[in-house]
Amino acid sequence: MLNVALPKGRLGETVYELFAKAGFPCPALLEKSRKLTFENREAGVRYFWVKPSDVAVYVARGAADIGVAGKDILLEYAPDVYELADLEVGACRMAVAGFPDRYPPMGQTVHVATKFPNIAKTYYASQGRDIDIIHLNGSIEIAPILGLSDVIVDIVETGKTLKENGLEVLEEIVPISARLIANKASYKFKREAIEKITDSLERGK
Amino acid sequence: MNTRIEQLTQVLGELYGSYGYRPYTMSKFEEYGLYLRNKDFLISDRILTFTDTDGKLMALKPDVTLSIIKNTRPTANAVEKMFYRENVYRPGNAGFREILQVGLECMGAVDDYCILEVLLLAVKSLRAIGRSSVLDISHMGLLSLLLDRYGLEGETRRQVTEAIGGKNLHTIRALCGEGAEDLCQLVRLSGKPSQVLPGLKNIFGTAPQLVQLQKLVAALEKAGCDGINIDFSVVNDMRYYNGIVFRGFVEGVPTGVLSGGQYDAMMANMGRPDKAIGFAIYPELLERLETATQKTVMDAVLLYAPGADLTALCAAVEALAEKGMTVKALPEGSQLPECRAVYKLEGNEVKEYA
Repeated sequence: MLNVALPKGRLGETVYELFAKAGFPCPALLEKSRKLTFENREAGVRYFWVKPSDVAVYVARGAADIGVAGKDILLEYAPDVYELADLEVGACRMAVAGFPDRYPPMGQTVHVATKFPNIAKTYYASQGRDIDIIHLNGSIEIAPILGLSDVIVDIVETGKTLKENGLEVLEEIVPISARLIANKASYKFKREAIEKITDSLERGK
Repeated sequence: MNTRIEQLTQVLGELYGSYGYRPYTMSKFEEYGLYLRNKDFLISDRILTFTDTDGKLMALKPDVTLSIIKNTRPTANAVEKMFYRENVYRPGNAGFREILQVGLECMGAVDDYCILEVLLLAVKSLRAIGRSSVLDISHMGLLSLLLDRYGLEGETRRQVTEAIGGKNLHTIRALCGEGAEDLCQLVRLSGKPSQVLPGLKNIFGTAPQLVQLQKLVAALEKAGCDGINIDFSVVNDMRYYNGIVFRGFVEGVPTGVLSGGQYDAMMANMGRPDKAIGFAIYPELLERLETATQKTVMDAVLLYAPGADLTALCAAVEALAEKGMTVKALPEGSQLPECRAVYKLEGNEVKEYA
């Protein structure tokens, strides 16, 4: 039996549809109930919903054999897992956004508000720029509007919220999408089952 | 420390000793400069430091190998074999932790036999844990050869290596283009040597590194090591590791419990002309496995009333133990642990308890 951690929310439901289409359905998963785990013994899978940012923790620590996590989480926390497939859903981008006329010129410290301090640090180190990180947990877009930061580093889907607030994408850092990840030890001992799911998901894309 | 882990470290010490490895003990601290100069070799660059009486900045050792390299003499024409059981100090989520590390190092005129022996001891160490285990073996020389063939350098080389470590084919394709078929094939080639070696021959032909890998795995298989895989997702830092690298997994433990490789480049960095290979095991990773095992192995619980006759109780426990059962005596009313049978002492008699 493979334990599969899925991210709660809209992305999780889209991802579950991929698993179901690939031959690993478990309709009870979409029903409203207080159950925490959902099994399909015949298909050999046990699903559970967790907070999207926690999927990688469950997989890295072996509570889940496989899971689906956003590339943003994998880049930010660098969990020691295998990244077996790009599921090509939940596509968006990690970007620097702000007011174009307020981006500090080269040589000046950039004040960056973000939920992703490691991604921001790595990106600006590659640009050779000194930064000051302002770690926020939500409503990042408001930071440059109120003068808390010069720019933000955040996930941009449609860019609508940015536009409505007069902000723009200034630099694109990396494209983001949902990735199938596996615990390294589980892969050694449940390899056949993990490869079967991976191949079926790849074929169904 | 858990008794089972204490026993395991004892068994490992005896195993290494029986192959001529001598015990090596060292100080709990070193000059901070040693770690500062080699910080990329360490798992974390966060180190616990303190000032010595003469003002020198010292560090509680976060690593054992660097101390052994520093404190031993080059042995170009001989081989020095050592094993250790030491605590290292590394940052965790809740501050620094003292972590037990058991391992061995083979330094000097390291030849293919030395490498084979170290791999064999790695397999035997995993077996000593007593669970189903796998030793993944890779060769940094072969990986390096292929990365050179693709002309990969600098940051791209680092990113591709990281993607190989994560079995991340889509990133390899994104970085190297669709022509990266040999690199993708290297990631896919993973498993028993007999299944993997033909594919490796197609990529590497008669490269001496592949010949070495073939010879080593053939000798290991002949020595009865069946739990070995060739898997190039074992990627250690190429600035230090240059040959065979490996990682051991035990069923039920979510991370690798054993890690090692040949690190001639690290020796050269520290001014040593000789070669070296070694590995480390972190027995504390097995603690959760041990807790789970203890839960399932309890054969009998013997319940006794307050004021039960001590001689009768002791004799009842001994009688169950002599039958080869694991037995836990508990006063009546205790919460029962997971067990196969519950007994009760009534007078001098042991009765099955429903």
